[in-house]
Amino acid sequence: MSAKPRIRLPDNARIGEVIEIKTLIAHPMESGNRRNNDGGLVPRLLLHTFAAKFAGREVFRATLHTGTAANPYISFFTKVPGPGEFEFTWIEDGGAEIIERQALKVI
Amino acid sequence: MKTIRRNVCAAILVFASGLAGAVHAQQSSDAIERELETYRSMMRSDPWSNPGMLDVDRGETLWKTPGGPNNVSLEGCDLGLGPGKVDGAFAALPRYFADADRVMDVEARILWCMEKLQGFERAKLLNRPHPGPGMPVKDLGAIATYVAYRSNGRSFAAAFSHPKEKEMLALGEALFFRRSGPMDFACSTCHGDSGKRIRLQPLPFFSKPDEARKIVGAWPAYRVSTAHVMTMQHRIYDCFWQMRLPEVELGSDVPVALISYLVKQAEGGEISIPGMKR
Amino acid sequence: MTDRRVFMLGLSAMAAWTGCAGPAAAQSGPRDIQAVVKALVGDATPVEGRISLDLPEIAENGNTIPYTVRVESPMTDAEYVKAVHLLAPANPHPQIGSFFFTPQSGKATVSSRMRLAQTQDVLVFAEMSDGRLYTTKRAVKVTVGGCGG
Repeated sequence: MSAKPRIRLPDNARIGEVIEIKTLIAHPMESGNRRNNDGGLVPRLLLHTFAAKFAGREVFRATLHTGTAANPYISFFTKVPGPGEFEFTWIEDGGAEIIERQALKVI
Repeated sequence: MKTIRRNVCAAILVFASGLAGAVHAQQSSDAIERELETYRSMMRSDPWSNPGMLDVDRGETLWKTPGGPNNVSLEGCDLGLGPGKVDGAFAALPRYFADADRVMDVEARILWCMEKLQGFERAKLLNRPHPGPGMPVKDLGAIATYVAYRSNGRSFAAAFSHPKEKEMLALGEALFFRRSGPMDFACSTCHGDSGKRIRLQPLPFFSKPDEARKIVGAWPAYRVSTAHVMTMQHRIYDCFWQMRLPEVELGSDVPVALISYLVKQAEGGEISIPGMKR
Repeated sequence: MTDRRVFMLGLSAMAAWTGCAGPAAAQSGPRDIQAVVKALVGDATPVEGRISLDLPEIAENGNTIPYTVRVESPMTDAEYVKAVHLLAPANPHPQIGSFFFTPQSGKATVSSRMRLAQTQDVLVFAEMSDGRLYTTKRAVKVTVGGCGG
């Protein structure tokens, strides 16, 4: 069983406020350079893209490479345009997607 | 600052797995320590972002979700405060459990509950129970991390009042100082004095309650060097491996005894799980 | 004062722990990194400024090194930071990550964690909406010490 990604949004936000969003996901971010106990190379497997949408519009994107540490932590900011839901997508080498959604309470 | 003799250290390094290259540092010790503190405080500044929290979350799900051949959750597991009561249970461990007629730490107890309640095969749970580098902590360890997390903010307060608890504590203390194995090491060889370090890694002096209180409450901890959570049973397993002592079985009397000694030394110290370690 | 000298045990030993280096990996040289930078940001001449980078000078372990990068900008439709790129030239693959902003980002600030194979200068490039390119670099010492504590 793998862990669900962690998302931290503020409890609530006002329209126009710039808020910080924190994300954390379990993933080995295998670079393809590491050797296992038998001496063979562990194949490369990265989360190569992270994208955040709010109310359907992309608000932030990251491309991640081997220089990003395992269990990637990404925190970024966005200005709140109105009420809505965040959708966070992580895309793995090979195309698998992990998607998490969380609504933002706008006051 | 004292350092361990270079040839002893070299012997440890030869046996330690894949220890890596490092840097020739010509700065003073104080400057290095200050900058390392910058690294450590940046890593610890937001407990929410500790990757070990992913295992706390996973452990919580595993605790609450029916599992094993019996398809039951662990919510009926008695960690010492009554079935299903998790808050504060870790702070009171290790303790004697009448149903097992044994003193158990958190991992030994979860192993018991996974076997007796959920029907998992004990031998399978004990087979390679700890993660390799880069692999996440296994289910038992994740559950232990969750249970320990639910004692955050409390102090270690295991009673050691039952005769078997006292016996286990005495065994732990004896083991801590007992030299054995091909390198004639005891825990106290590395952890029996102040100011010791192996290269840049400070070694806590566990026989000194002041130091034990600062350290023991950080385990289970997320280790950046292996990118996973290491539990206390795993930590002791790894120490034994480094000392070239026989392999330690998860939840057996030897690690439970040593954990009892460490927890007693750390009595009153705060629990803050998961820690963040090198 | 204790002598802090430690010794290189070889990249093959490092492979098991840093998850990044490896004996078969070719190290990037200056010419290689220029090609990577050009592919990312084009031919504009980068200037120093506007970028602040929180990054420890010494990392206890190269596997996980926390950082925060901030680029000064009004972040309006007229003037905003389009992208920030971080590179580790001495890693087998020199890219750390690239982060893309919009005028609605509010702040061009990102925190994450990098992984470095060895001591090196981390490079940062910030692309502005008007085509200007800013850069900075920071030296990070990577240590591996101890026996698994």
